[in-house]
Parts: sequence; C-alpha cells; structure tokens
Amino acid sequence: MIKLRTIDTHQVPVQVFEGGAGEDIVVLHDAGGFTAEHPFLLALAAHYRVHAPLLPGYGDSAEAPAIRDMLDVTLHTFDVVEALGLRRPLLIGCSLGGMIAAEMAAIAPNDVERLVLIDPAGLWLDAHPAPDLFALLPHEVPAVLFHDVDKGAKILTRGGDIEDPDFLIPYLINYARTFGMVGKFLFPIPDRGLKDRLYRIKARTRLIWGASDKMFPLAYAEAFNAAIGNAELVIIPEAGHLPQLEQPAATVRAIVGF
Amino acid sequence: MRLTYFALMPWRYLPDDFREKHRSVWVDIDRRLYDPAKGHVLYNEYMDLLEHAETLGFDGLGCNEHHQNAYGLMPSPNLIAAALARRTSRAALVVLGNSIALYNPPTRVAEEFAMLDNISGGRLVAGFPVGTSMDTNYTYGQIPALTREKYAEAHELIMRAWREDEPFAFNGRYTKLRYVNVWPKPLQQPHPPIHIPGGGSVETYDFCIRNTYCYSYLSYYGYVRAKALMQAYWERVAELGADDSPYRAGFAQVVCVGETDAEAERLYAEHVNYFYNRCLHIHPGFADAPGYRTIKTIKMGALAQYGRRPKWENLTWKNLLDDAFVIAGSPATVRDKLDELIKTLRVGNLYLLLHIGDMPADKAMHSARLFAEKVMPALRRHWPDYAGDGRFWCHPLEHRARPAPLAQAQGVA
Repeated sequence: MIKLRTIDTHQVPVQVFEGGAGEDIVVLHDAGGFTAEHPFLLALAAHYRVHAPLLPGYGDSAEAPAIRDMLDVTLHTFDVVEALGLRRPLLIGCSLGGMIAAEMAAIAPNDVERLVLIDPAGLWLDAHPAPDLFALLPHEVPAVLFHDVDKGAKILTRGGDIEDPDFLIPYLINYARTFGMVGKFLFPIPDRGLKDRLYRIKARTRLIWGASDKMFPLAYAEAFNAAIGNAELVIIPEAGHLPQLEQPAATVRAIVGF
Repeated sequence: MRLTYFALMPWRYLPDDFREKHRSVWVDIDRRLYDPAKGHVLYNEYMDLLEHAETLGFDGLGCNEHHQNAYGLMPSPNLIAAALARRTSRAALVVLGNSIALYNPPTRVAEEFAMLDNISGGRLVAGFPVGTSMDTNYTYGQIPALTREKYAEAHELIMRAWREDEPFAFNGRYTKLRYVNVWPKPLQQPHPPIHIPGGGSVETYDFCIRNTYCYSYLSYYGYVRAKALMQAYWERVAELGADDSPYRAGFAQVVCVGETDAEAERLYAEHVNYFYNRCLHIHPGFADAPGYRTIKTIKMGALAQYGRRPKWENLTWKNLLDDAFVIAGSPATVRDKLDELIKTLRVGNLYLLLHIGDMPADKAMHSARLFAEKVMPALRRHWPDYAGDGRFWCHPLEHRARPAPLAQAQGVA
C-alpha cells in the first residue's frame, strides 16, 4: 500500500509516495512521474521502506519557479531527504531522477553512500544522439521508450482521446507543468556538465540499463560506468529506457541485496 | 488608421509534394530545398515590394524575425530594415520585431534599434516578440519554462539602457553587465514606439497595457477567429482603467485584391493555397514546447491555433474566404470586410499581408496597387476621434538626411 503525504521544504511543499517496510530508500522518478499504483514502487515496497518524492509540478504539487537549473534541483532534493528525516539513504534514480541522483552524489560525495542509477540522463554522446523528447508526438513516444512498443503504448495512453477538448486541456496543463519543469534540466540537450563531475562520486554505484534503451543506448551505460569509480553495470533484458516500468520485478531483483 | 505593408518573405519553391515528403517547414526544414541563387532574386524582389509600398502610400513597412523557416526569410529583420532605411524616405520601419530573449546581451537590440532609428531619422516602430516556440525554443535552444522570465529581464534592460544617461550596472539573472551605456541613443526619445506581437498569451495583455505598447495579434486565421481574443484584450484594457484608443491594438490579415472577385480568385487562389497548405506545414511537435506557454494561457483555451487546427490541406478558396482566413476579392469586397475587421476588433494598426505564399512579384504589385488606390482611402476614414494619438507610432524628424545620389558618390571615388 503506497500512500501520499506532503512535506515542507524551503522551496515548496513536496508530495511523497511512501510505503513498505524495511531499509529506507529514496526513489527519484523519470519525466513520467510516479503514481500510487506504479509497479516499481509496489515491487520495491515488498523489500524496503520507500520514499518517492515528486518533483514540483507533478501530481497536484505546486510548481517551483525558483528551481531553474541543475544546482537548484540538486540542492532541493537534498532538502527533501533532510525533510524526510533520512541520513544517507540508498538513493535510486530513474532517467532524469538518475541524473539528479548522480549530481547529488557528485556534489556531496560524502553524503551519498549507495547509488542506483536506472538509465540515467545527463550525458550526451555525439555518436549516439538521443531523440528529442520535447519534439516527439504522443504516438511516437512508445517506440522510443519501450522494448515492447505495443505494450508500452497501452501503458502510456491509459485511455483518453487527444482530440477530445475535455481530455486535451487537462492533458496539456499536466504536460506543460511536468515537462516544463524537466525541460529546465533536459532541454534542448540533456547535458548540464555532469560528465565533468562524475569523477567525484564516491558512492558504491549500481548502474541498471534496459538492454534496448533507444533514448540512451548502451554506449551511455558504458560512459557512466567508465566515469564513476566504484560502479557496476547490470543489463535488464527485454527492457527499453524504462526498465522500472517494463520489467519492474527484474529491476527490483537487480537492486535487492545491493 | 495606420496601414503597414507587412512582408513575410516566403520561400517560393517548395515542391508540390512538400506535405507528403517533408515533416516541417520550420526548424528542420530540408536545407537541400534552398537554392541561394534563387534566394538572391527573392530577397531583392521582396525588398522591391516593400520599397514600392512606400510609393503607394502605406504608412509602414513591416518585417519580422523567424529562424530556420521556409516562409520567413528574415532571421535578421534589422538587415532588411537597414536597407529600407536608405532606399525609402517617408514610411515607418515597423520591425515586429527582435526576439529579445535570444540576444546575448540584449543590449544588442537596444543598439541596433537605435542605429535604425538614427539612420532613418526616427522612422522606427520597434517590436519585442517573445518569439514562437519554433524560433525561440527549438531553433535557438532557449529553455521553454524560462523563456518568459528571460524576456522580461531583457525588456527591463533594454528600456533602462534607452532611458538612462548614466552608465549603470545590471545584475540580471540571465545577463550581468558592469557598464550599460548604449551608444548611439535612439532618435525618438525616450524610445521608439513599441508594438508587441502576441499570439494569445494572456500575460501579454497586461504587459502592453501597463507599458502603453500596442498589442499586435499576428495570426493567419483571420479576424473572425480573432474576435474572442481581441475582445478579451479590450476587456482587460477597461479593467485596468486605460483609455480605449484603437491604436493600442493591431492585427495582421492576409488580403488579396483583384479588379473583381473572380479575378482575385483567378490570380491569387493558388498562392493562398500554397501558403496555407505548404508554408504552414509545421511538425506539431515543434508548435508549443512544454513550459513555453503559461498554465493560465492554456487554461484560457487560447491554443486553438496550435491545438485543434483546421485541416487546411482540404480548404478551398471559398472555405478560406467564408472563414475570413483570407480577405480577397474586388476592392469593394475587401473594403467592406476590412471595415468590419477594423470595427469588430477595434484596431488602429493593420499589418497587411498583401504578398502571400509563392505569389510572383507582378501579382503582388497588382494587388498592392489596387489596395492603395481603391481600398486605402476608405480605411483612412476610421477613428477620426483618435487622430491625435501619437503614442503608438513613430515621430520622424521633419528634416531628414537623404542618401547622396550614387553618381556623386562615384565621382568622389
């Protein structure tokens, strides 16, 4: 059972999904956000005490105009961990969340001991240019994000007709709030200099990568693996950019015991 | 009434199967479609048309800024305006405008506009657009959610740079300058009149009203569809207690004039079709970057022009006229429609798109001449009560320097 609560931070009140019992972990979401029914959170909650904060603008949470860049969001996320009353929890980040988690570990290497990065954003390889997430049409998204494109399309749409104004306006508002926020870190190119800071990471790091990630193909995994001192790479078969969504059980297996 | 001949400068050679073979006229337009030798001719023809518009009696010559766009050949409208400043002598140079969030530092705009105002003897009408998402975000890489904040800061910097005679330090979030001291100063003091091109962002209303700038709605969808948006603007004007001078507002309209309605269709239908069918073929993924529009604007449902767009690949000449996307026909037809436009939108500034799509120069000239001779005089009868409102138009020097005749210059050499 995952529950939502709101905690105060310097910037804005932050919504956090929490559930399960065991070791405290902090999980940072990808651009799609989390819900109480997210299969990854449910699977993690069978092993851990899960704390999954939403970025400002996700769900019902207030936007935070004062968070403008990578340093702002990195420090804000430390504020969230502090407000949760946690000390050096296992930090897990997916895609954009992985970029933020890696940045936290690089900026404050003594405050992050264990790090799980799942297909993190944050690097740019000229030989493997990532598709432009911000120019994709809704029907083009599944092919970029998922190994099983048909299944992915079903996960993403969850009903709703883009031609229906009653659906369209709330959809556009949510899209503007959430992707407007992540655009601060990912637009137009998801590189905010992390590559120059990865050397600072002291945390024991597990890199988890979808074998058929078309957003950041395996070359990106190799680049992270080479740049972080104490890292190991686990590949999840039959998963694209979002193994936590496409193969939640296998992804959690790759984390448990770490 | 202020009548501006507004040029878009479209590329005239998009292939017939452009829609089928290419995904966008903008941002990632196929560069192989560009032929610089043809570009040479086009630029010169389009500038001829603008210069000729002065001779025809238009009050203003309009140009604007677009990037990586096959219907707008003006990444730098200031270059066009500079050339016009020398080849024309009377008309306002209406630059709509410079996308001030894109210039680093934005004082560059303060400098270039001041140069144009000096060279032209005070004929500049300056525009400050936020810029479309295609230009600002996808082509020039500005972060969508920060674009408006950066724009607001650039505006503050430029206006201070124009107003203040002491060097000042500017500690902005996006621009930090130790010595702001723009040289030259604009000829019009404290600054040229300002028109703000708006595309339906409600925040822009207040910005214009509070600063006494003209709100200019640049749309290709005609005056009937613009009514709700302009009505909301005028309601806001009243709410804020500002006067209701029609010169607070402007509107862009596609206009084609023939000797008769039938001639207009015969001469212009294919070029209008080229514009709506090919020039507005924009990849929807580039239309509106998330974060570019404010939540308030999205809630207003003002996104009709980008969201549920009419499918104009199937639109006939009749459809385009019935929906008033295009005002076309005999001088009498055009006059009646423009009278209605001016009254229903309450606009004192009209930006006339008299060249459209792949129209050749001779047809554009024909349309503009008929407009000037048979439509313009009637339109000038509008808004006599506001004739003295000089806040939204330029104030040129009475005695202006003229370029020396070329022969004389050659003699010197």
